[in-house]
Amino acid sequence: MSQMTPAARKALGKAGFSRRDFFKTSGALIVGFSAVGSPTSSADAQVLGGPAAGSPPGNQVDSWIAIAADGRVLAYSGKEELGQGIATAQQQLVAEELDVPFDRVTLFYCDTALTPDQAHTSGSQSHPTNFNHANLALAAATARETLFRMASQQLSVPVDQLAARDAVISVKSDSSKNVTYAQLLGGKKFNLALDTNARRKPVSQWTVLGTPVQRPDIPAIVTGQFEYVHNVRVPGMLHGRVVRPPAVGAPVMNVDESSVAGMPGLVKVVVRKNFVGVVCQKPWQAVQAAGKLKVTWSRGIGLPSQDGFYDHIRTLPASDTLLVDSKDSDKTLASAATVVKATYHHPYQMHGSVGSSCAVADVAGDRATIWSSTQAVWYQRVTSATVLGLKPENVHVIFRRGSGCYGLNGADTVTYDAAVMSQAVGKPVRVQLMRKDEMAWENYGNAWVMDERAGLDAQGNIIAWHHESWSPSLGNRPGTAFPGNVVTGMLLGFEAQPFTPRSPAPDPRNYNNNSNGVPSYVAGRVGGANHGTGAIKSEKVLVHNVESPFWTGPLRSPARLQNTVAHECFMDELAAHAKADPVEFRLRHLSSYRVIDVLKAAAKQANWDTRPSPRTTQKPQKRTGIVTGRGVACVAYEGDNGYTAVVVEADIDQDTGKIAVKRIVCAIDAGPISNPDGLRNQAEGGALQGMSRALGEEVTWDDQKVTSVDWRTYHSLPLGFAIPKVECVLVNRPGEEATGAGETAITVVPAAIGNAIFDATGVRIRQIPFTPDRVKAALASRA
Amino acid sequence: MSAINLKVNGRSHTVDVDPTTPLLYVLSDDLELRGPKFGCGLAQCGACTVIVKGAAIRSCITPVKSVENTEITTLEGLGTPEKPHPIQQAFIDEQAAQCGFCVNGVVLTAKAFLDKNPHASEAEIQQALSGVLCRCFTHVRMHAAIQKYARAVVKS
Repeated sequence: MSQMTPAARKALGKAGFSRRDFFKTSGALIVGFSAVGSPTSSADAQVLGGPAAGSPPGNQVDSWIAIAADGRVLAYSGKEELGQGIATAQQQLVAEELDVPFDRVTLFYCDTALTPDQAHTSGSQSHPTNFNHANLALAAATARETLFRMASQQLSVPVDQLAARDAVISVKSDSSKNVTYAQLLGGKKFNLALDTNARRKPVSQWTVLGTPVQRPDIPAIVTGQFEYVHNVRVPGMLHGRVVRPPAVGAPVMNVDESSVAGMPGLVKVVVRKNFVGVVCQKPWQAVQAAGKLKVTWSRGIGLPSQDGFYDHIRTLPASDTLLVDSKDSDKTLASAATVVKATYHHPYQMHGSVGSSCAVADVAGDRATIWSSTQAVWYQRVTSATVLGLKPENVHVIFRRGSGCYGLNGADTVTYDAAVMSQAVGKPVRVQLMRKDEMAWENYGNAWVMDERAGLDAQGNIIAWHHESWSPSLGNRPGTAFPGNVVTGMLLGFEAQPFTPRSPAPDPRNYNNNSNGVPSYVAGRVGGANHGTGAIKSEKVLVHNVESPFWTGPLRSPARLQNTVAHECFMDELAAHAKADPVEFRLRHLSSYRVIDVLKAAAKQANWDTRPSPRTTQKPQKRTGIVTGRGVACVAYEGDNGYTAVVVEADIDQDTGKIAVKRIVCAIDAGPISNPDGLRNQAEGGALQGMSRALGEEVTWDDQKVTSVDWRTYHSLPLGFAIPKVECVLVNRPGEEATGAGETAITVVPAAIGNAIFDATGVRIRQIPFTPDRVKAALASRA
Repeated sequence: MSAINLKVNGRSHTVDVDPTTPLLYVLSDDLELRGPKFGCGLAQCGACTVIVKGAAIRSCITPVKSVENTEITTLEGLGTPEKPHPIQQAFIDEQAAQCGFCVNGVVLTAKAFLDKNPHASEAEIQQALSGVLCRCFTHVRMHAAIQKYARAVVKS
């Protein structure tokens, strides 16, 4: 008990358990689970957790799987549920491998004292990481084989004559001869390393995995019972609110505490370097005190004009990277019958969670317990320790779901806010950001400038492709070393990860298309081998990373979406130059059967009308009113981590410039499908999020500060718009590895919308978002 | 601070708060309800929605004093995981959630609207949800769930 904070102990007492009950012996944890049930409250988490020296080692079965006395299977994962459905799929995976019904598995994830360290939950990595031949899947397979071997010995029957059902292993020919998992283990642990030779159950035998199991968290969500991090309540908890600078880079000159003296409930004004916050007894008191606190700030660093920003970033010192370079692209382009050039612009966009970010911290002396919706509890433990001046092993971070963001919202920064304010007052503190705090200071998805250049031969085949891009970045996820990668860390005096210009770029040694900087249609030749998904041999991709005035971070499909907007719209431009059908033209230049198959599947489902774009070349052009177009786009996400193609049908109102997307057909291949309904949910949501980002979303600023700070100034599609029909074609690949799934659909939708606009009007818009004003201006410029 | 009587989900509560406190803070902090949520605090997103006198209102900008002694229904007041309200059941059936943070506003806004307009068209329902945000973009399933509930309401 000595390792727990007083508030944690109180919470434990409230729950009626002592931590000793659960950590006496190796098997005690299991007893604890059967007593507690599902850890849906903060009190339960305290029961199960407590600061530990380290997370369970990932190479041990016991770190991932335990069998309870009643036969329930307990699974521990380092990949968390953010709303993407991965918890359900992981529960299915364990149920499948261990031959128990879905609801006999209890899954725990992302608690630094309880679950294995799997770094971030991000980058479409959970599915490939935990569903192939390592980590959770391998642990479950090892556990299953071990239990079968033990049963074989106990029943004196060869393994191949045994069958398992609901945690009981029986002799196939005589089911009266059986033994339960719990009997086999006798309350002991597996005490066994993961066996890389353990065999996964073949897809053909799946009965739980691969089926559309419903998410077990949804009933609690829709009835208001679910505990988000916003609902964590710790005894004695106070409430903090932050006071952020009025301008980017503005330091604190003076904080006049007398301005809030005597305000009801005020506990403390917390000032540390440029961090300012207030702690009060109640949240509304904190909101009022934060609003009234008189802080004098110096002027900000000043921001480059938004109007000239895309040109401005081309001029900045850059860190250059070559992704591919066949060294002959200039020469090949010079020999081409036609050279096509285009520049694409993508704005900064927000994660913009619906719920402002929130965290609860209980810092008592040299120990801390933190409830956070961070996507990296272990990293958060290290950087919170840095911020607090504590030892990492004395910090316990417990994941609680926040408001979704598919990336890096204010979750990490508000965790530091809560930790710092809790330390300052010596009591647990809950901090929730106000809307403006969230939107003016989050780590935006990067802006991007992309120059495309390609050469066509006389037959209209692409013979060379040259891509060069500029993107500004600052900060990122904090990792273990950089709390200054998010705003609170910087205000506290920590630096963001350093930026070092580098030019020229060295030749690529390894092929890395993580960013989708390399178009799908080139060979991707590095180190004497072709790694790409296309056929074009003359290729060059040069990336310039420059410094950003705003924090940036991984917004769903980071870099991949921006690059894919340029590549897939430009591919459409090339098809139009070649007077070729956009689907046929793509197929002509692709070599990967997985991209080819999703493209064909989407086209088939959409009943694709094979003809060149734009449609207007075939009929007298209609210059007013509504015209209809269709567009296509496809991608091998990160080069090899998921495959998708989308067909979009849209109406363009030429008088208002408004785009109405009527239909989205998405074909998706994520390897063997773990949960078809979960995959569908991800594809549907990704498609519409891509549509919102394509049509309206853009961070705006003036010479000092961000001006898109609420839902009137940052334009997300609400539930009230006419929703297109969304159709998903799930391409199952039982023989392939599991890949990413959640970021594929969003990657291709903006480009497909751009291509539909072109198809309908003959106008190519090369800047996201396709706002009515931008569309109207582009239409007005038609010859 | 002053004592204020609230009727929430059929139960009476007396809270001692600043009467200008927005209702949301009282519901989520003093009464520890998890349904209504702080999204923006500006009445722009719907996450804080509760039903008062049959209307969906934004509790983040509603002073608590203004709804004293008035029946307030939160998401918890409709049903439970064991016995969900039909609109909640429709959301479960359609698996209409991702992170789920916005669900409170979506369900209550739709329910309040359909209670008054049971024969509303699909377009009218969409219009009623024009001030509600879901940033996971679960729109397809949410509208399917609402339509399913709407059809059931009309039938009964």
